[in-house]
Amino acid sequence: MSKIHVSTSINGDAVEYLCDPSETLLDVLRNRVGLTGAKEGCGSGDCGACSVELDGRLVCSCLVLAAEAEGKEVSTVEGMADGEKLHVLQQKILDHAALQCGVCTPGILVAAKALLEKNPDPTETEVRYWLAGNLCRCTGYDKIIRAVMDAAAEMRGA
Amino acid sequence: MVTEYKEGSVGAELGQREFKVVGTRPPRPDGVDKVTGRALFGADLTAPGMLHATILRSPHAHAKIVSIDTSAALAMDGVKAVVTSDDFVKQGGSGNQDTLDNCMARGKVFYDGHAVVAVAATSVMVANAALKLIKVEYEILPHETDVDAAMLDSAPVLHAGRKFRNIPEGNNANVSGFWEFGHGDIDEGFAKADIIVERSFKTAATHQGYIEPHATLATMGPDGRGEIWVSTQGHYMVRDLSAAFVGMETSQLRVTAAEIGGGFGGKTTVYLEPVALALSKKSGRPVKMVMTREEVFRASGPTTSSSTDVKIGMTKDGRITAGQAKPRYQGGAYPNITAMLGAMTAFASYDLEAVQTQAWNVLTNRPKQAAYRAPGAPMAIYTVESVIDELCQKLDLDPIEVRLMNAAKKGTLSSYGPTFDEIGLVATLEAAKAHPHYAAPLGPNQGRGVSCGFWFNFAGNTSVSMGINEDGTVSVIEGNPDIGGSRASISMMAAEELGIPFDKVRTIVGDTNSIGFNDVTDGSRVTFSVGLATIKAARAAIQNMCGRAAQVWGIDADAVDWVDGAAVPTGHNAGEFPPMTLAEIAADSAKTGGPIAGHHEVNADGAGVSFGVHLVDVEVDPETGFTEIKRYTVFQDAGKAIHPDYVEGQMQGGAVQGIGWALNEEYIYGEDGKLQNAGFLDYRIPVASDLPMIDAVILEIPNPGHPYGVRGVGETGIVPPLAAVANGVSHAAGVRMSELPMSPPRILAAIDGAK
Amino acid sequence: MVKVNLWGSLRSATGGLTEVEVDAKNTGEMLKALAKKYPALELIIEGGVSVAIDGQIYKEAWFTPIKPDSEVVLMPYMKGG
Repeated sequence: MSKIHVSTSINGDAVEYLCDPSETLLDVLRNRVGLTGAKEGCGSGDCGACSVELDGRLVCSCLVLAAEAEGKEVSTVEGMADGEKLHVLQQKILDHAALQCGVCTPGILVAAKALLEKNPDPTETEVRYWLAGNLCRCTGYDKIIRAVMDAAAEMRGA
Repeated sequence: MVTEYKEGSVGAELGQREFKVVGTRPPRPDGVDKVTGRALFGADLTAPGMLHATILRSPHAHAKIVSIDTSAALAMDGVKAVVTSDDFVKQGGSGNQDTLDNCMARGKVFYDGHAVVAVAATSVMVANAALKLIKVEYEILPHETDVDAAMLDSAPVLHAGRKFRNIPEGNNANVSGFWEFGHGDIDEGFAKADIIVERSFKTAATHQGYIEPHATLATMGPDGRGEIWVSTQGHYMVRDLSAAFVGMETSQLRVTAAEIGGGFGGKTTVYLEPVALALSKKSGRPVKMVMTREEVFRASGPTTSSSTDVKIGMTKDGRITAGQAKPRYQGGAYPNITAMLGAMTAFASYDLEAVQTQAWNVLTNRPKQAAYRAPGAPMAIYTVESVIDELCQKLDLDPIEVRLMNAAKKGTLSSYGPTFDEIGLVATLEAAKAHPHYAAPLGPNQGRGVSCGFWFNFAGNTSVSMGINEDGTVSVIEGNPDIGGSRASISMMAAEELGIPFDKVRTIVGDTNSIGFNDVTDGSRVTFSVGLATIKAARAAIQNMCGRAAQVWGIDADAVDWVDGAAVPTGHNAGEFPPMTLAEIAADSAKTGGPIAGHHEVNADGAGVSFGVHLVDVEVDPETGFTEIKRYTVFQDAGKAIHPDYVEGQMQGGAVQGIGWALNEEYIYGEDGKLQNAGFLDYRIPVASDLPMIDAVILEIPNPGHPYGVRGVGETGIVPPLAAVANGVSHAAGVRMSELPMSPPRILAAIDGAK
Repeated sequence: MVKVNLWGSLRSATGGLTEVEVDAKNTGEMLKALAKKYPALELIIEGGVSVAIDGQIYKEAWFTPIKPDSEVVLMPYMKGG
């Protein structure tokens, strides 16, 4: 089967890759581009561990074909920090101890960033419903919700 | 929230130590890697020339394997190796042979999803295509997935001819374990009761539900030496089992633990690792294997499902006169001890004159159960706590007062044998009673549930090594995969003992060649055992450093003490010298005798049992049967909380897993014996919008068995929620639910049935 | 002599007793003496047991001292998650 040539932008960098027509964006990010921050927890869009932004829209990269990234902008967890400086959300996740194993953390961060870009002042309920697509089995979500609310407050103040 | 413990003999003494680092909340050392995506989990590593392997699994619940023909698959372009059970070494012990047979079926398949053949190829796609070319001829056998049905004489027998020990007459060949515990005269106890309630309960099998599927990368060269990179709770366990299964010496296999994306007991055994190693041995190339989520559900993990009869007698003022429980658990196709743990823990919270528990483990055509957080206890304690709640309802007594009246305390003969030492159940119940949550008003269709919970906590084999670096920093190596922040707590205990700041210490999880043996990260053992060994290793290093200072000062080593991170002369004749800090001693170490290190190896004991009390307010929609968790508070005796954030995290996470077990999670099998909900869409674990904040109240009743008073905290939190939620539902909806999960259709049926 | 309490289902190995007496000064001696006195217990002990002495549970510590008046409980080998 012949491969598809894709030109895209990942975290602001121009990237080209060849992919199989059936390959997912998640597979290409992890196996061809070398960005393993997005995780495969289910492969069916149920867990959110593979969350990335595609042209500013929050998606499960396991449900996006790699070929669909042609001409688009992909943002992953690896693009959140600015050099040595962590994104406010990343810092707040650390400050609130809002991770245990940390495997869902990249997806939670990307999803929370997408939320705050749309809604800088979400209620607790809004945060909970927005993150309902990101499964965390360790924390019971309590500290995650607090971290996101705290980050939102700080970002509004800044 | 942390509540200091003020009373109690041993505890109070321990409680008086003033800590500088322990009890603070520093950022975890692996945190930045985990928020930036740099952390490498099981599936994140690649190796040059790597192959990918996938597994052909049984489509049948129970069948004899007549023949396997892999020739067409092997002939396919890109396929490099194929293995079946024939490629592994027969094991001496039945336990190890069961684990191996679960990795690769031998002669028979016992459940839908049982591994039969593995193929390594140049890509996952090629490997999966090759699986389709494999011809397996099965002779389908009758199957059974229900625990009570599997105990009937008419049930199909899984392991015909296999003898299991200590099974009383009258049990069929699927009963692989029977245990009995208790003390006192049970009949006399029931005779003293004013009221006796006898009920039967069922709980569904649930999965640990870690978000990271099992993943491993194995490589083995023609020299017979191997390496495994793996997401596991115990890389020494992976080494020992994998080496034994492929027939190599343990020293030739080095296993490195990846960052682990959750385990909860489910990663305390092997599934893929020996298979990847065998494929690498055959192909001469590194082999990566990653389970799909469907494979995780069908072939790894779940806990046992249960069916239990409980009978409790009580006087009208609330004193329990006798308790009896008969849990029957099925844990899939191979024997396990989870039912035994259920029988031991069922009544552990209570001070009883007469108690009897009898437990059966039954084999069924389901996947081999794996430990799940306090294995066996949640379902057993759910049944006992439900009956106690019903007794309180019937006698119109306060559920916390009744539990206080009967609570186990120091000196209580436990229901599982030994007499309790310093324990925290009474303090935990008192904290719950005094908490504003317990007095808060409830709305319509709302109810408040209470439950106690208990877990033993375990310790075990542990090795720790630390080097004192010339710049005054400290490198610690431990051998237990860090599943919830343990590198932070280990660094904190090293810093505390050495008297240096937290950020001067870095703790890593070493590979199997770095330090001595370590048991699996299980039984809530790591902060306790590894912490204990770390403190002892630090003391060995301190002794060495005191000796160096003594030499420099020209005084006896006995005349040097270690205070606040420095050697100081002590005693009448020691002389006057300014303190010599760790950094100063380390800087001159080459001149005073060479590198300074400390290590400690121990089979630790004294983990200290832990109790929890959970309060929950639920609201049940009488029209849909849907249960909403409105408010939740966890009280737990945690011993000294080293890093309170992560202690709270364990309590919150355990509570939410228990809520999922109570309300939604279940393995659903069809008549055909196939799992019908092998995915997160249909096997629904709690999501953020299902829950309120989970308040965590830490009670610090120090454990006399640890220098800082640490107890295990990881498991107890999952025990009380099942009954707490069920008791809440019974108050909210007026129906006593005797089957978990309490999904909306079940609650609705119960409400309709009560009309 | 030390009194050893056994869990209930071991009665079949001891002719119905759940409390037995053996001569031992530590856990290792106790386990050896039990296996000798009640051969049916040997396989169970070899398969792995825990021992609680005065409320403290030990996994396989042979040299843990036992005082004559200690409370000794033979327990099954246990494992968490």
